Amino acid sequence: MTAAADTAPPAARQRSHPLAWLVVAIPYAWLAFFFLVPFFIVLKISFSTSAIAQPPYTPIIDIFGGLGSIFSALREFTTDNYVFLTEDSLYWRSYLQSLEIAAISTFLTLLVGYPMAYGMARASRAWRPMLVMLVILPFWTSFLIRVYAWIGILKKEGLLNQFLLWIGVIHEPLTILNTNLAVYIGIVYSYLPFMVLPLYAALEKMDDTLLEAAQDLGCPPIQAFWKVTFPLSLPGVVAGCFLVFIPVTGEFVIPDLLGGTDTVMIGKTLWNEFFSNRDWPLASAVAVVLLLLLVVPIVVFQNQERKQQERES
Amino acid sequence: MVAAVGSVRRSFAPWNDPASKPFIEFRGVTKRFADFVAVDDLSLVIYEREFFALLGPSGCGKTTLMRMVAGFEEPTEGAVLLDGQDLAGVPPYRRPTNMMFQSYALFPHMSVEQNIAFGLRQDRTPKGEIAERVEEMLNLVKLKPFARRKPHQLSGGQRQRVALARSLAKKPKVLLLDEPLGALDKKLREETQFELIDLQQKLGLTFLIVTHDQEEAMTVADRIAVMNHGKVIQVATPAEIYEQPNSRYVADFIGNVNLIQGRVSASATGATRIEAPGTGAVIELDQAIDAKVGDQVWFAIRPEKVRISLDAPLPGSPNALSGEVWDIGYLGDVSIYHVRLASGATVTATVTNQSRVVERPITWEDKVWLTWSRNGGVVLAK
Ligand SMILES: Nc1ncnc2c1ncn2[C@@H]1O[C@H](COP(=O)(O)OP(=O)(O)OP(=O)(O)O)[C@@H](O)[C@H]1O
Ligand SMILES: [Mg+2]
Repeated sequence: MTAAADTAPPAARQRSHPLAWLVVAIPYAWLAFFFLVPFFIVLKISFSTSAIAQPPYTPIIDIFGGLGSIFSALREFTTDNYVFLTEDSLYWRSYLQSLEIAAISTFLTLLVGYPMAYGMARASRAWRPMLVMLVILPFWTSFLIRVYAWIGILKKEGLLNQFLLWIGVIHEPLTILNTNLAVYIGIVYSYLPFMVLPLYAALEKMDDTLLEAAQDLGCPPIQAFWKVTFPLSLPGVVAGCFLVFIPVTGEFVIPDLLGGTDTVMIGKTLWNEFFSNRDWPLASAVAVVLLLLLVVPIVVFQNQERKQQERES
Repeated sequence: MVAAVGSVRRSFAPWNDPASKPFIEFRGVTKRFADFVAVDDLSLVIYEREFFALLGPSGCGKTTLMRMVAGFEEPTEGAVLLDGQDLAGVPPYRRPTNMMFQSYALFPHMSVEQNIAFGLRQDRTPKGEIAERVEEMLNLVKLKPFARRKPHQLSGGQRQRVALARSLAKKPKVLLLDEPLGALDKKLREETQFELIDLQQKLGLTFLIVTHDQEEAMTVADRIAVMNHGKVIQVATPAEIYEQPNSRYVADFIGNVNLIQGRVSASATGATRIEAPGTGAVIELDQAIDAKVGDQVWFAIRPEKVRISLDAPLPGSPNALSGEVWDIGYLGDVSIYHVRLASGATVTATVTNQSRVVERPITWEDKVWLTWSRNGGVVLAK
């Protein structure tokens, strides 16, 4: 064998179909329209001033009024809303608490979800579709109803307390509802499928002979899990964590229904600004900052990943 | 041609010495998967420092046999012993065996280096020694420039070499090689075969190899077991397997062979006569057989032991057949003649091309005579 043959690049990629771009373009167009357009509307409102009017802010850009009216509107734009966010501690405290709750509950979801996904991936082939079905089953009921159901379980005279009292573990009912604990329970419960499915996908395609090879080389099963299975499931872990962390950061329903007065997550603050205070510009600023808070780290992370892959090859 | 390579090996023959202790021993091993019998009441002894090859058609249970030594399968019945100890219940990670998997099973998230070092790290070998051993292995399999690559960045043959290096790195007492060289080109394969032999002798290890390539088995192995349907049909040295197969199955499986069916017409000590009415041949050989007069037997003779000639032998002489050249295959070093007999059967003869120009070449549709010596072939009863 010659060195030239060894270093030759792998065979050229298959040429793509001339219309292949269309398949990709449609979802991107969809995203552009339904994400970017609303985003720019919100961004624009965040630079406006609150007003007692319909809609409740000024200026209003009249896109049919020609360039002149757009420029005059631009001159009225203000960054006051963003400045205000930094001045009132309510906002950054709710940002921080949101991130904290999201981080902790993502970790808890991973802790619960990993063994589930692992068990599913190891189950016999005949059982697997059934198990996947069971994971998805809760989606068949409204999210809101399922969270309401947890009130019934967690409240003072709820099912959980009754059960614990009955088996004699506790003698006084526990206060779980309207605490952060209830929020964590609600989040882990609601977001578990988003964690389990990508983990399952990663674990299911793992080759069992890799574990045999590890054992053959002197690695007991538990170590083999940490040295082989877990590293190979990392893409699933990352995907699952993103799928849980991002929506949980902006979560509104769960902290509103299950959380207490001291659970101030950004979603709730946002709701209050929009609907209680009717301060649309400030609420929009809150939303834009939240988006940046989530998007920037993800973009940085993915860039890092890509660079690492490039470095390896 | 092929068998000669094996005989280069030293006078290592513990199987002939009743005092030698078995190293790996299969004692009446049966392995069933549900109703399917993959290994069928198999007994086999492999000695220390032996290079042992398993040969057989696909699905005959070779991999299953290896997996029982490695500890990934437990025998349904019987026992596997290593150095006198029953291996039942010993988990794979405590067995002094390493396996090279048929599917390579390289860790995709580790570089070539890390793959090779995996077993050594597991044993907490000192860092310097690991680096040394990895280097040695990389040189052996000629993958030095690829040490930092991940398996998916390698060609099939390179991956196979990584798998080989990884299984060798720990210098296990028993190395199990499941088709280790299948994906290599001929030249690299031959080189690696000799490296393997060299390594096995230098380190004094016991190698158990599965291969589909009989030439490879003949080259590397001290002894070969020919398997079929979960049973061992014959265990012998490469030369014995080739020259003294114990059955039509083995004769046919290893190399090319002409099989002529006949009946024993006379049998004396050290001599046998067989008559094959189908072909009109009378076969005489200097070999006693355990078949009675009148028994049906097969006479097996390798093509290179059949002489082909345009001249008729003396009338009435045994070990001769006549026919017509039906096809000639020219392979450079040898030519293969397919001769059709009057009965319609075909006999193959291989002739070494000793000179570039032949005065009276044998060609298509020539009437020829095929002859062989009294000890050219063997008689097979089954
Ligand atoms: N886990 C299993 N479950 C059921 N049947 C199995 C299992 N493993 C092997 N077999 C069967 O046992 C038989 C022997 O398999 P094995 O892998 O030992 O064959 P092999 O001789 O190594 O074949 P090859 O040369 O193709 O690798 C095959 O018929 C196979 O289908
Ligand atoms: Mg096999």
